[in-house]
Amino acid sequence: MALIHARGLVKRFGDFTAVDGIDVDVQRGEAFGFLGPNGAGKSSTMRMIGCVSPPSGGVLRILDLDPLRDGVKIRGRLGVCPQLDNLDPELTVRENLTTYARFFGIPRKVARARAAELLDFVQLTERADSKVEPLSGGMKRRLTIARALVNEPEIVLLDEPTTGLDPQARHLVWERLFRLKQQGVTLVLTTHYMDEAEQLCDRLVVMDGGTIVAEGSPRTLIDRYSTREVVELRFAAESQEPFADKLDGIGERLEILPDRILLYVEQGDDAVAAVTARPLSPANVLVRRSSLEDVFLTLTGRTLVD
Amino acid sequence: MTFYVLEYYLVNYRRVWRSSVLSSFVLPLLTMLGFGVGVGAYVNGGVQGVPYLDWMVPGLIASTAMQVAVGESTWPVLGNFEWQRLYFTQGAAPLRVTDILDGHLLFVVLRTLISSAAFLAIATAFGTMHSWWAWLTLPIAALVGLAVATPTFAYSSTVRGDTYLAILFRLGVLPMSLFSGVFFPVQSLPSALQWVAYGFPLWHAVDLSRAATLGVAPTWPALGHVAYLALWAGAGWWLALRQFRRRLTV
Repeated sequence: MALIHARGLVKRFGDFTAVDGIDVDVQRGEAFGFLGPNGAGKSSTMRMIGCVSPPSGGVLRILDLDPLRDGVKIRGRLGVCPQLDNLDPELTVRENLTTYARFFGIPRKVARARAAELLDFVQLTERADSKVEPLSGGMKRRLTIARALVNEPEIVLLDEPTTGLDPQARHLVWERLFRLKQQGVTLVLTTHYMDEAEQLCDRLVVMDGGTIVAEGSPRTLIDRYSTREVVELRFAAESQEPFADKLDGIGERLEILPDRILLYVEQGDDAVAAVTARPLSPANVLVRRSSLEDVFLTLTGRTLVD
Repeated sequence: MTFYVLEYYLVNYRRVWRSSVLSSFVLPLLTMLGFGVGVGAYVNGGVQGVPYLDWMVPGLIASTAMQVAVGESTWPVLGNFEWQRLYFTQGAAPLRVTDILDGHLLFVVLRTLISSAAFLAIATAFGTMHSWWAWLTLPIAALVGLAVATPTFAYSSTVRGDTYLAILFRLGVLPMSLFSGVFFPVQSLPSALQWVAYGFPLWHAVDLSRAATLGVAPTWPALGHVAYLALWAGAGWWLALRQFRRRLTV
């Protein structure tokens, strides 16, 4: 039985359809991702899974329960790390965990012990008795993750877990989440960072305009929707467009972006050789492996982050 | 469940309770000195047969309860939706919307009671209590606190900015404080304004409190006063719950 089971799930706000009939199954122990740009319907989906937003249509079962009827019961078994930090700035780091634990009816003594363990896990033990306010963005996010774990949840929902963090802080968060995953905790996360999805997700769905446009592991998605390598060419000109015709026949496909052309190829170096033989001389050449960003570009014709 | 939410506010209050309780004593103390020694000296022969200070104090206890309750139901509620987003944090936990609302309301009533008890203690020390029934000012304070807190919760959870809260104080709290028979008998108002006073929940609490501290019968039947305050509390609670639901389950 899937921990999260959705069929034809719909969320409407007035005339606007945020989620337009999606099918999702998340299995126990899996790290599952919703990848897509802002406005794709990821957060609306997460809020429905978090039982704070009633579905407008379709089927949704969480932990084999009905969110409309058993919202309280389900929320007691979920951990939620929202996109906006909503820690209490007036309380200490430790109190943020212990007071939250009380909302789950966890006895005070157990809450204190668990808070100590979790602070250790997110490497905040030294800051346990300091106020939340002066903590860095990365520390606050780690504390929010610790708070989401205080009830030993079966599913942890993470909405854009590293948005707004600097690279070092992101890696620290990823590393902690990876540890959780190893411990067998089911993770469900949304992200518009393809590297985050590649790092953390066993399986993901690509969302665009409220629908799922592709599903699979990061590897299979790349294999199915992109080539092995990508050559990025930047020509020193106002527009990249005139160069597209001149590249005809090289690689399987090309995408024209405002500032560069992407050539989808199996062998990057061979393609670069072919380009220079034409003879074309781009100002910049970069050969890289395909990523989920390319998958998204192929599927929607748009980039993930504007 | 409601209790878990109340507990949260108590943990938060623990940080500030000393200064909070201290200021709860300062206000009545200054009032006693200012009105008793200052203004009272100009009122010859007292009001309705008792010294002006003794007559006014029960009204001030009720009025303070009202102001504390409104104060605790404005910025804190708006902030819990807009700034600290505490209600959303609680909404993600296994709490019902009614728990989130009731727990916060309970805390507001508790705050109201603390302030009223401090006022009552100071006022008693100044010898302004005429009856053992004076202790009834506390449940009355709790009731008027709830009667203004629930509609204020509904209002604060509807508006999106704190400029609207300032409007509430100017158009609601201030006129209510002035025209509810706290400082002068309602009967000395023109009859149209008298009915405005009767409409305010505060007047009913003032009349009850005054009856309790002076040991006289209220101008209206006590049960009528209580029922009217309960009506405000109940209607406000219903409106607040509706608005909380609207914002916490979207």
